[in-house]
Amino acid sequence: MAKIHVSTTINGEPTEFLCDAGDSMLDALRDTLGLTGSKEGCGTGDCGACSVTLDGRLVCSCLMLAAEADGHKVETIEGMASDHLHPLQQKFLESAALQCGICTPGMLIAAKSLLERNPDPTETEVRFWLAGNLCRCTGYDKIVRAVMETAADMREAAR
Amino acid sequence: MSDIRYLAPHTLDDAIAQYAAADGAARILAGGTDLLVQMRSGVLKPSTIVDVKKVPELMAVEETADGGFRIGAAVSGAALEEHAKFGKVWPGVLEGLNLIGSTQVQGRASMGGNLCNGSPAGDSVPALVAAGVVATIKGPNGTREMKVEDVPAGPGKTNLKPGEILVSFTFPARPKGSSDAYLRMIPRTEMDIAVVGVGVSLTLDAGTCTAARVGLGAVAPTVLLVADAAKALIGSKLDDAAIEAAAAACSAACNPIDDKRGTIEYRTKVAGVLLKRATAIAAERAGRA
Repeated sequence: MAKIHVSTTINGEPTEFLCDAGDSMLDALRDTLGLTGSKEGCGTGDCGACSVTLDGRLVCSCLMLAAEADGHKVETIEGMASDHLHPLQQKFLESAALQCGICTPGMLIAAKSLLERNPDPTETEVRFWLAGNLCRCTGYDKIVRAVMETAADMREAAR
Repeated sequence: MSDIRYLAPHTLDDAIAQYAAADGAARILAGGTDLLVQMRSGVLKPSTIVDVKKVPELMAVEETADGGFRIGAAVSGAALEEHAKFGKVWPGVLEGLNLIGSTQVQGRASMGGNLCNGSPAGDSVPALVAAGVVATIKGPNGTREMKVEDVPAGPGKTNLKPGEILVSFTFPARPKGSSDAYLRMIPRTEMDIAVVGVGVSLTLDAGTCTAARVGLGAVAPTVLLVADAAKALIGSKLDDAAIEAAAAACSAACNPIDDKRGTIEYRTKVAGVLLKRATAIAAERAGRA
């Protein structure tokens, strides 16, 4: 069967690639485009390590077909930092909100998506929003605190 | 998986033509949160995938002329949650839908997918049944309407005919004093599959229940409409006797499986307990509606 030609925008860059119909977006990101920041933890939408945004909406790239990216905008962890780290990335580093690091790209993408919608989340709201991001090192407390502190810093910076 | 065909039609007519033209191994792709998992595990090997998210009718959220809503079958939980009015009128339906999976899953999962996946434990289905929602289904032989409770045929099966696509859900207009609620029992605190789920929709007029419907999930091969529970509530002031009778009707309607997540005895008892709690929540909301 012929490959499918996909025209999409990834981290602001117009991008074209070929895929098979059954390929997931995660397959295309990692294997075709070399964007290996998004991780495959479970491949079934349970762990959130492959989190990306699709037209600004947080999704698991393992639960999305690569062909579905056609005509849409995908943002991955590779697009999060500009010439300096995103405040969430900086805070995760400073407060050691990671251990092995496999869940970190997904945590960052999910947390960024939360703060874009809700700049002043309660701890409960942070925990609910991140419930689909599993950390097998069980470092949740530092992660949640880092998100709360970043939110506070970003609110302060916006004043 | 390279022998699969992926189609993304832009119109409903094209979607129906392409889906009907493909053989029986074709699958509709809405959010994909069930389909992709089933493909990956090898349970499903579709020949053709018809992605319906470019079809306007399946992605629309509209208020109907009579004051109800029409919701496209592929509208995501996240999109519906952001709607200014829907969740105020149908909080129980929205809370059922929003219980499905994580934030990431909510970005994709839809009521149409939840219903057509055919799980007896689908969290949006009991509240849709309680809401008296009608599903619009279109196929090569035209359009027909089906009550939501008539759509599931058994675990993983629906009463849609070959080539038919679930297009949208039509919600009736709500009289003043109406609301709904959905509650489920799960062994964990979040992100699990219901052991029992109960949706209650009711209307109160000066404290008297003038209309009610009850949907019951995860305790039978399909989600059930429990008419006897509704009958016990209607005409009452939701006094203890009426609520006990409705709870007993829910327990009596149970025909559950017995597994490690919940025994028959446990599921049967909890169905009654959740009926009482969901009714209390719906009544409290209806008092403010």
